[in-house]
Amino acid sequence: METVTKTQDVTFNDLPWKIEYSPERCTMCGSCVAACTFKAIEAAVERRSVTISTAHVPEPTQTHRAIPVIKQKNSVANFCRGCGMCEKVCPNRAIRPVRNDDSRLNLLARGGGNPIKRGGRNNLIKERTLDKIVIGRISQMTDPSLDSERHTFDILAPFGRVLLPGELPFSIDDGDLKLSDWTPPVRWIYPVIFSDMSVGALSTRAWEAVCLATAYLNEKYDMPVRMCSGEGGMPVQLMKSEYLKYMIIQIASGHFGWNRIIKAMPHMKVDPAGILIKIGQGAKPGDGGLLPAAKVAEHIQAIRGVPKADLLSPPNHQGLYSIEESVQKMHMSLNAAFKFRVPVAIKCAASATSVSVYNNLLRDPYKICGGFFLDGIQGGTGAANEVSLDHTGHPVVSKVRECYIAAVKQGRQGQIPLWAGGGLGLTGNAAADAFKMICLGANGVFLGKLLIQLCGCIGNEESRCNACNTGLCPTGICTQDPRLVRRLDVDKAAQNIVDYMLALDAEIRKMMAPIGNSSLPVGRSDALVTTDKAIADKLAIQYSC
Amino acid sequence: MCRIGAIKSKVAFHPSQALRLMLPQQEGHDNSGFAMVMQDLEGVFGQYKDKPLLSLACTQKGAQMVENYMEAHNFTRAYEWVPKLNRKPGLDIKAMPHYIFRCYDYPEQYQNAAQAAKEELLLDTRLALRAMLEKEDQGYAFSLWPDVLTLKEIGDPRDIAVYFRLWDDSGELMAKNVVVQCRQNTNYEIVRYAAHPFFIQGYTLCANGENTFYTKNKEYQKSLHRGYIGFESDSQNFLYTLHYVLHQLKWPIKYYKHVVTPLPFEEIEKRPDKAELKLIRQSLGHLEINGPNTIIGMLPNNSLITCCDSKKLRPVVIGGDGTTIAISSEVCGLNVVVPDRDPACDVYPDEREVVVITPDLEVQRWKQ
Ligand code: SF4
Ligand code: SF4
Repeated sequence: METVTKTQDVTFNDLPWKIEYSPERCTMCGSCVAACTFKAIEAAVERRSVTISTAHVPEPTQTHRAIPVIKQKNSVANFCRGCGMCEKVCPNRAIRPVRNDDSRLNLLARGGGNPIKRGGRNNLIKERTLDKIVIGRISQMTDPSLDSERHTFDILAPFGRVLLPGELPFSIDDGDLKLSDWTPPVRWIYPVIFSDMSVGALSTRAWEAVCLATAYLNEKYDMPVRMCSGEGGMPVQLMKSEYLKYMIIQIASGHFGWNRIIKAMPHMKVDPAGILIKIGQGAKPGDGGLLPAAKVAEHIQAIRGVPKADLLSPPNHQGLYSIEESVQKMHMSLNAAFKFRVPVAIKCAASATSVSVYNNLLRDPYKICGGFFLDGIQGGTGAANEVSLDHTGHPVVSKVRECYIAAVKQGRQGQIPLWAGGGLGLTGNAAADAFKMICLGANGVFLGKLLIQLCGCIGNEESRCNACNTGLCPTGICTQDPRLVRRLDVDKAAQNIVDYMLALDAEIRKMMAPIGNSSLPVGRSDALVTTDKAIADKLAIQYSC
Repeated sequence: MCRIGAIKSKVAFHPSQALRLMLPQQEGHDNSGFAMVMQDLEGVFGQYKDKPLLSLACTQKGAQMVENYMEAHNFTRAYEWVPKLNRKPGLDIKAMPHYIFRCYDYPEQYQNAAQAAKEELLLDTRLALRAMLEKEDQGYAFSLWPDVLTLKEIGDPRDIAVYFRLWDDSGELMAKNVVVQCRQNTNYEIVRYAAHPFFIQGYTLCANGENTFYTKNKEYQKSLHRGYIGFESDSQNFLYTLHYVLHQLKWPIKYYKHVVTPLPFEEIEKRPDKAELKLIRQSLGHLEINGPNTIIGMLPNNSLITCCDSKKLRPVVIGGDGTTIAISSEVCGLNVVVPDRDPACDVYPDEREVVVITPDLEVQRWKQ
């Protein structure tokens, strides 16, 4: 009978990671157990058969002794995430996680009748279109390449509604064009935006690291990088500071944090860089936001004005059921709130209907939609249902291209700047990804996951860690537990982001120079080639083999 | 690399001057073609200045099709000049059977029409002729405009000149302005339409160098105006933008350079007119031109303009003797055409400069 019941038991071999432990190296310092935020290991006592000799000459005797060991817990609630913190802290290399190909977690974890949730990493899609595209139109003899070190380059992208030339309110005065009326606000910023990751989803220190990097890049290196707050508001101090000008404030369907934003408005010294209305996101298209109660710490409750509970943003903006309404109500009210001085953009998850949405926005009669952000299937950082992460959404590359081509057909390209995100920088080469997207018609890109990786996140597409939803982030990036948050070195994280962005900037020049362009090659699809015929046809770029 | 040039004079001159300007620069072109646009005509066309002049290269059938079309649309023939061709064997020229240079009277209902209406009619007519000929591959309609003559041919410029007797200064073909280029376009197939200079509604332009923003320029221009078609060469974009800025938007000419090679944002910020310049840069971003190039343009009022890319990767020089001014890729061309000028006064426009030569030969230089 006993054997029969035991077949249903969970064993290490059912879990995605197995702990490889060498008791002979272990001194039982306890560091690994302290480091494991998931309580996947514990100190235990095992009765072992040992050979000992206590006399002056060897007199081995066999005995049984209780010895302390480190043991993996064989429970689904405490499965090892493979984060490797135990290995990092062990002074004797006595412990490490090893991937287990025989994992049955997918079956076991749904045991409670609940879908699996995890952090925003797509585990299924391995192939990326961008990796099959190269920059193939290299200037040679007829049009010399530029010198990426010596020439000056204008690496800026618009955020805001651009008018058609014929719509510019110019009058001619003594041979000069004179602006004679209001035009929508347009900010020229760096073509990489630090994507919306809320304070709440991120730890305060991680959020601070991104803020610091943003300010540093602007003030020290003159790189006008902007950061989006994410839904959930911002610290009041920041809203009242000069640094607000580097921030894009997000409003999503939960309107979290907006109470404080509205109250802070009269005290704002400067305008924010922009407003981003989030309709949907790549990680969980068609699903609302989710901040698990575990992460709703006291300061998060204060910023958002909520009790400690799961914070669910609805999947849609209540009361808005059409693009027209959205344009009229949301854009209008947000534009009006900032007296039409701050560009207001919209962010949607990429989907089969992206082009229709974009077409509609292009017809916006008030000329106030300041940008269209498209978030692809590989986007998102926060907590989501695994089924959404892996099985819903749309790759972003062809959607951006379709939007651009739709605008070309109407002669309206560039009017509502296109920004793309979702899986960009996934391989660590964000500059190349950004450049290719720009050639395909994007004005710029937004990056999220890459930033947290630069902060030290060790999660990956191979199911390593991805525990952002648990509040137990082992690197202190997306948790509100003060002890874990302290693991994050803010300055080092900020420095990593700054260094990466400087390298990215140099790399963008390295790609602009050989195609002979000193300003961003938006829509220069002729610069790209692919060896994949299907991609060539779909994106209308050159096929090469 | 192409070589381009233009001559403007107070006294009418013969197109052989244009050849004299270009041939010394031969190292820089490949003898694959010759094309020129003459404006402010004298000689046989001198007394028909207000009548639309059609420049056409076509087959026998094409000539008939054009004749029928013009008749059906109430254009009446006022004058025709037929070049006396020198069909000497062995010439390197891919000649067409017919070259038509013919002046028309406007259709009756247009005789008293406003200038703008006439301009639209002439454009539509040329586009219709082009479409009609292209469809059956029967010829090329280069220009239909008062006081403008276009000649384009594929082959060695010297042989083309022999064929059309352009060396014999007979006094028949005379003009005060000419824009010229020797060479075809290597980026594309060699077709007559691809040869510079290009023409639309009184605006003529030729360019050398590359336009690396060709695709984005073209994608935008296609929807801007029905006349922006063809795109056989990456430098047609320069002409369409010139026409768009001056003719469609009706902006002063100095803004052309702000459109094609906008100032960097950093420099715009320092300018008193930064609001306007920023709007121009952002709204006309798809008309920006990148890559090394020089432009020579001729405007309906007979002015010439020239400017170059914002890195000055392609040179151009302007020199004159008081009666004649020439613009040329290389100074050796000027030495032949205006030998008695003071070379110390030659102008080498820099990367931020626009030079305009007014109808009375005043040289205006603007910093962008
Ligand atoms: S790898 Fe991470 S989750 Fe697994 S036991 Fe070690 S510390 Fe815990
Ligand atoms: S390290 Fe933190 S942020 Fe990275 S995947 Fe793990 S839980 Fe998420």
